[in-house]
Amino acid sequence: MDKNFFLANYNYWAVVVLMMSGFYVVLSRNHLIKKIVGLNVFQVSVFLLYISVGKIIGGTAPILTGKPELFSNPLPHVLILTAIVVAISTTAIALSLAVRIHEAFGTLDEAGLIAIEHAIERESVQSQ
Amino acid sequence: MSATLALGLVLLLPGVGAVVIGLLHHFPNIREAMSLLTASLLFITVLYLLNAHLNADPQQLQLAELLPGLPVVLVTEPIGLVFAALSSFLWVVISAYSIGYMRGMQERRQTRFYIFFALAMAGVMGVAFAGNLLTLFLFYEMLSLSTYPLVVHRETEEARRGGRIYLGILLGTSIFFFLPAMVWTWWLAGGLAFTPGGILTGKIEGTAAAVLFGLYLFGVGKAALIPVHRWLPAAMVAPTPVSAFLHAVAVVKAGVFTVLKIGVYIFGVGFLSQTSASEWMMWIAAFSMVMASVIALRKDELKARLAYSTVAQLAYVTLGVSLASPMGALGGALQIVSHAMGKITLFMCAGAIEVAGGKKYVSGLRGLGRKMPYTFTAFLLGSLCIIGLPLTGGVWSKYYLMKGGADAGEPILLAFWILSSLLSIAYLMPVVVRGFFLPSPAENEPQQSLEPETSKAVPETIREAPLWCVIPACLTGILSVVLYFLIPSITGFVAPVLEGGVPQ
Amino acid sequence: MITGHLPVIAVMTPLLGAILCVLTRSSILAWGLTLIGAAIPALSSLIILVQVLSRGMLSYHMGGWEPPWGIEFRIDAANAFVLVIVSAVGLCCAFFARKSVDEEIPQSSQPLFYTMLLLCLGGMLGVVATGDAFNLFVFLEISSLSAYVLVAMGAQRERRALTAAFNYLIIGTIGASFYVIGLGLIYMLTGTLNMADIAVRISTLGDNTALRMGFAFIMVGLSLKFAMFPLHFWLPNAYTFAPSVVTAFLAGTATKVALYAGLRVLYTMFSIGFLFQTETMLYVFLPLGLAAVFAASITAIFQDNVKRMLAYSSVAQMGYLLIGISLANIGGLMAAVLHLFNHAILKSGLFLAIGCVVYRTGSCSIAAFRGLGHQMPWTMAALVIGALGMIGMPATVGFTSKWFLVLAAIDSGWWFVALSIVAGSLLTLIYFGRIIEAAYLQPAPENSTITEAPFLLLLPVWLLMITSITFGINSELPVTLARAASQALFLDPHNGLPPQVSP
Repeated sequence: MDKNFFLANYNYWAVVVLMMSGFYVVLSRNHLIKKIVGLNVFQVSVFLLYISVGKIIGGTAPILTGKPELFSNPLPHVLILTAIVVAISTTAIALSLAVRIHEAFGTLDEAGLIAIEHAIERESVQSQ
Repeated sequence: MSATLALGLVLLLPGVGAVVIGLLHHFPNIREAMSLLTASLLFITVLYLLNAHLNADPQQLQLAELLPGLPVVLVTEPIGLVFAALSSFLWVVISAYSIGYMRGMQERRQTRFYIFFALAMAGVMGVAFAGNLLTLFLFYEMLSLSTYPLVVHRETEEARRGGRIYLGILLGTSIFFFLPAMVWTWWLAGGLAFTPGGILTGKIEGTAAAVLFGLYLFGVGKAALIPVHRWLPAAMVAPTPVSAFLHAVAVVKAGVFTVLKIGVYIFGVGFLSQTSASEWMMWIAAFSMVMASVIALRKDELKARLAYSTVAQLAYVTLGVSLASPMGALGGALQIVSHAMGKITLFMCAGAIEVAGGKKYVSGLRGLGRKMPYTFTAFLLGSLCIIGLPLTGGVWSKYYLMKGGADAGEPILLAFWILSSLLSIAYLMPVVVRGFFLPSPAENEPQQSLEPETSKAVPETIREAPLWCVIPACLTGILSVVLYFLIPSITGFVAPVLEGGVPQ
Repeated sequence: MITGHLPVIAVMTPLLGAILCVLTRSSILAWGLTLIGAAIPALSSLIILVQVLSRGMLSYHMGGWEPPWGIEFRIDAANAFVLVIVSAVGLCCAFFARKSVDEEIPQSSQPLFYTMLLLCLGGMLGVVATGDAFNLFVFLEISSLSAYVLVAMGAQRERRALTAAFNYLIIGTIGASFYVIGLGLIYMLTGTLNMADIAVRISTLGDNTALRMGFAFIMVGLSLKFAMFPLHFWLPNAYTFAPSVVTAFLAGTATKVALYAGLRVLYTMFSIGFLFQTETMLYVFLPLGLAAVFAASITAIFQDNVKRMLAYSSVAQMGYLLIGISLANIGGLMAAVLHLFNHAILKSGLFLAIGCVVYRTGSCSIAAFRGLGHQMPWTMAALVIGALGMIGMPATVGFTSKWFLVLAAIDSGWWFVALSIVAGSLLTLIYFGRIIEAAYLQPAPENSTITEAPFLLLLPVWLLMITSITFGINSELPVTLARAASQALFLDPHNGLPPQVSP
């Protein structure tokens, strides 16, 4: 693989790095807020993928003037607007869930939560 | 009444009966009268159908279309009619007997008992009149499910365990072996209708045919071939009328009847003998026959002994079908009838002994025969029928089976039969001998039997069981002798479908 | 003409209803809106189904924009069938909701609950109706986001619902993002988002690494959503702790809809001839389907919480669907579609029946079922019918799908698969046996004063169970529909009847 392969596709490399680091954070962190942060990074990488694909070097905004012009593809950008809305809603729900979890369990640490849940499970088994 | 309507009635009557019995929950006397009435009406309906069929008027009734191209169909044909007549008659007997037994034992939840009894009977009728394999399967499963509440009737831990084994094995084998075998047959033959001469000729051969036959025989768990026989002894936890019903009328007979139908109408006797697909099953059945007899010999609990005896006797039918000769199949069909009559007698006697004497173990029966002469005489007659001595119905089926074995050129099988018959003498006769000829235990003599402490307290003085228990038992006992004279006409009725593979 | 707008009416009514719901403060009013918002789609999807069967595929151009530029609702026999399933289950659950929700959700948040229920329904209907791959993502997320909230609303009774919802959210979002990534790759290759258009262009592309990547991302994303074993870990907790009616609703619809989306991708976007796809079927879906049937069923046997038991059972049933699909022939696909229908009916009915039990006893542990056979005879009878259906007894719908699955397996010559399918049924027998034994053969606890559930709760349960029996005894209608649906999916869509176009 030559140097150009890396350079020519630098946007993809950025996407891959972001995606994997976001994914890694989601899987490896115990703190729920950090998981949400990771999830956001992960989603942003997807946005970048779409946006960078739509961009054409030297292209302008897609406003039709009647003359033949080189312009960027607007559709991916529009799609990502929608995706961003979805991502924001997801984050909002995730955060509000985190608030409720903190109220109900007193912790946001996943290990701690699992321990509490196991304790509840044991109690319910014993009470029968 | 048109005959087609009557065919619908055989399902409708027990179904409606079950509902009415449920509604009469608070009136035990009327409820039990209803139960008897339903049973009698059903028997009359079946006789009517039999008559119509004898007048060369076979009936067919399509109920629904379970799967596209695979309807639920009821038809009348000789083997099914014999089975239906037999079981509906025995239902009348067992209904009468149940009244005595259930009251005598002060069982709980009697309404539920009668409801599911009626539903099970609907299942039996469906099996008997099924016009194709899918219909048979539908009612076969319905029978398994509706008898489950009867098996677990007492709701004790032991009953639950027995029920688990019962349902687990019956549904398990039917789903795991029977269903794939059925789908396979459908895939091969494009149909599942019961056709004289079979539907598989030319569609399958060699090892595949043998495997398919094996799938069916093990799939019909109700035929209780070793090693799928475990449900039968497990179901012994049920009240005795249920045991009698399971072992003589409904479940096991539905099982071997299914085997017979599959052998005669799906494979076809001729096809089986050409491909020798059934040869390996023949040896398994022979082994099952002897093995179960040996186990029966070693059981002290009377009902368990009878259960293993049933396993052995059922193997006769499977063996008869596996012989792949018309004689064998005929013997199998007759064995269904004669064994039903004999075994129901034995079970009703066992129940009567339990009600009147509180005895469940063979070793505890000493001298009881002199206190309960009618019960023990009936037991003797039933035993003779099971063993297959002349002047009882049992002799015919044994005769045809052995003849079929000789025709099929398997002389070693004869040895198996003789051995099994000897064993059946060995495990049945001691009951009668102990009852009549051994002295009763003295008042202060320690109990030598295995009778557990928990069993029902022994009444002060043992007398004959209630009339409702004794009369049915004596009736079937006598009938197992009468059967000796009836069977030739049944043979004439059934034989045509077996011999040439052409409907008469 | 109103019939021409039916696809969009079916999808939009619940969404509009949701907006109205959020404005009201009265829970009864909100419930009324929910009923209307669920009934109209049910009715319209029935009409759509009749139309599609008689006149062929139906194409609705959103806002009058021609596809592939505009968004297209493209309805053939497959999605018409799934639309009917989803909206019918939705209607039953909406009906059930009133009493059950009163018991399980605080009065003040009930209108919000109904809002979410409608949003979820609308999103699912959108997923099924749409012919645009990105639009599918948007609808999928509408339904998923509201499903997270619905699950979290179980927190009133059991605070573990919150963590269950959180995990569901994380996994669901990752799944959706995977889908978008895969779609992005495919968009880069084809330059279009219309599924039919994608299909045309993919067929000219040939094999290609980016295409494979796109396919893999999409399938993994959707597999997370439809809880393919072993990506099912969000499901048991979410189903266990969600409010009863939500569990029933999600069990009957959520995984089904995601699986439908998967079928669209497999069969419509990538045609069956696509080499990579057949390999996926054989080496990925089949083993995972088998593993799901056995692993999830065995896990279900050891559960003491009945809802969790049935949740694992759902994972196992998804395994059956995967097996049917992985046979890669039309028979298997047809069996899978049929099973999708049957399982939706049975599982929602069962979860609703359990909802009745929770309504009366406040618990869904197996110990709470002791003696219920005598105390709640109608509920338990419904449960038994549902259980028989799940086991696959003849004369219930479960039998027909087992029959066609086994038939398809034998037709492919896969004996091992055929036997595994029936072996799975035996495991089903064991875990349902536990419930039924507890209900009928064990005495109720002392001083228990439990009575039968109210009629309003029993009605939808019995409606579903009677459907199961009716279609079990005469299976012609569902079989015909499933056959038409599988043909619509399996056969090349471009050879079919020309679509009838409406604005």
